[in-house]
Amino acid sequence: MKVTVDGELCQGHGRCYGLAPDLFDSDDEGYAVVLCPGGEVPAGSEGHAQLAADNCPEFAITIEV
Amino acid sequence: MTDVATSPHSRDWATEFDHTKDDYAAAAPEIWDELRSSCPVAHSDAHGGVWLPTRHADVSAVANDTDRFSSEGVIVNVWKPAGIAPVGYAPPITSDPPFHADARRILLPAFAPKQVARWEDATRATCNELIDEILESEPGPEDPVDAATRYAQHIPVRVIAEMLGLPREDGDRFRTFIHRILEKPGQQHATDPEDTLVHYLSTVIAARRREPARDDLIGFLLDAELEGEPLTDEHIFGSIALLLIAGIDTTWSAIGSSLWHLALHPEHRDRLRNDPDVEPFAIEELLRFYAPVTMARIVAEGVDDAEVGGCPVKSRDWVLLPFPAANRDPEAFERADEFVIDRQRNRHLAFGLGIHRCLGSNLARMELRVAVTEWLRRIPDFELADPDPSSVRWSTGQVRGPRELPVKILRTAVPDEEARQ
Repeated sequence: MKVTVDGELCQGHGRCYGLAPDLFDSDDEGYAVVLCPGGEVPAGSEGHAQLAADNCPEFAITIEV
Repeated sequence: MTDVATSPHSRDWATEFDHTKDDYAAAAPEIWDELRSSCPVAHSDAHGGVWLPTRHADVSAVANDTDRFSSEGVIVNVWKPAGIAPVGYAPPITSDPPFHADARRILLPAFAPKQVARWEDATRATCNELIDEILESEPGPEDPVDAATRYAQHIPVRVIAEMLGLPREDGDRFRTFIHRILEKPGQQHATDPEDTLVHYLSTVIAARRREPARDDLIGFLLDAELEGEPLTDEHIFGSIALLLIAGIDTTWSAIGSSLWHLALHPEHRDRLRNDPDVEPFAIEELLRFYAPVTMARIVAEGVDDAEVGGCPVKSRDWVLLPFPAANRDPEAFERADEFVIDRQRNRHLAFGLGIHRCLGSNLARMELRVAVTEWLRRIPDFELADPDPSSVRWSTGQVRGPRELPVKILRTAVPDEEARQ
């Protein structure tokens, strides 16, 4: 599973790094950054990735399976 | 329109709503639901004419179309700001692109999650001081305690005052200033010219310019630069005014509404206390269901092709953006009219959408979480003093929350010394 954040759409709501701190973090201004290299979601964290995508108000998070 | 016409309400909400009146404030969620299914874009002649979309898609479309819908005015008022775009009177909330991004970038770092975390312990201490004061007054099982005026309203005032480096005891003055601006826009008040937000802040800024630099938000603004120049007094004044207006009344409302909900729902109190995994979902569901803020836009000068949900709107028209109405749209949320404490898919718009996403959302979320969980930890069981939920008065205007919330305390818990340290 691969996860990406569209930097044009992200407005820094912080829902992803709140729900899935293992996969996302905040930059100095509050915008989301993906922590896992290449966006590859580690085994066992797929549920967190889905949760982050399902709660982004801007639809900025995409998951590829 | 038939549903509206045959409703028991005294007004035709599709054409006669006035968001600054008590009847709207008392029944807003029902009014939004009614309008969404009968007349999803309402219009009223109140305040010089104003549009009210209630569908998630229409609210989102307006929020994201910053070319046609200007933030030059964000509080609906007969007095309509003109000729001050793209800066506006309180940047960045009243700013449009391209100015907006720079004005916002100045403030963003101070409200990023790691900075906000600095204030969590102080927030928890404030909550416990307020609860101590309430419990020290030894309310009996029949004595009502006003959770809005003795608890919720003090929390954001004290936190934001501390962040700004202003005296905590000035909090009550902030609330008075804000009430005048938000609840009864456009009304003339017989006030002492020295008892105004303008005078208060001008005095503070002038004094702070003479003093040594301090590590607080006002110090941060005095030190900030925009395009290589220090911020003007007007910019600093507007930013501080924005932080006070946007940071206090809104959060107070969200905390009050959440306690109102919990007073009515013992099963949700138990779940929140006993299931730590549900906490983040419950806080977001409280934000979805009781989102306090309705924003506004003005159709930009010279725009002749704007529409809201298919209704043509004219240049300079007011448009309200009721985020709480969008949050209850069944097209956007499963079981939208139900409070689902562990809702897993919750793209709520409590903090708005697009480039004007609430700058203080991380702070507000932290304050709400701490205020609710500390109250429940100390006061696990409470109920409305008057069992009729409609006995509670909700604020009018663009920020909605209970302004009095008398509750009976049914059970208290011994403070957990470890958790308070």
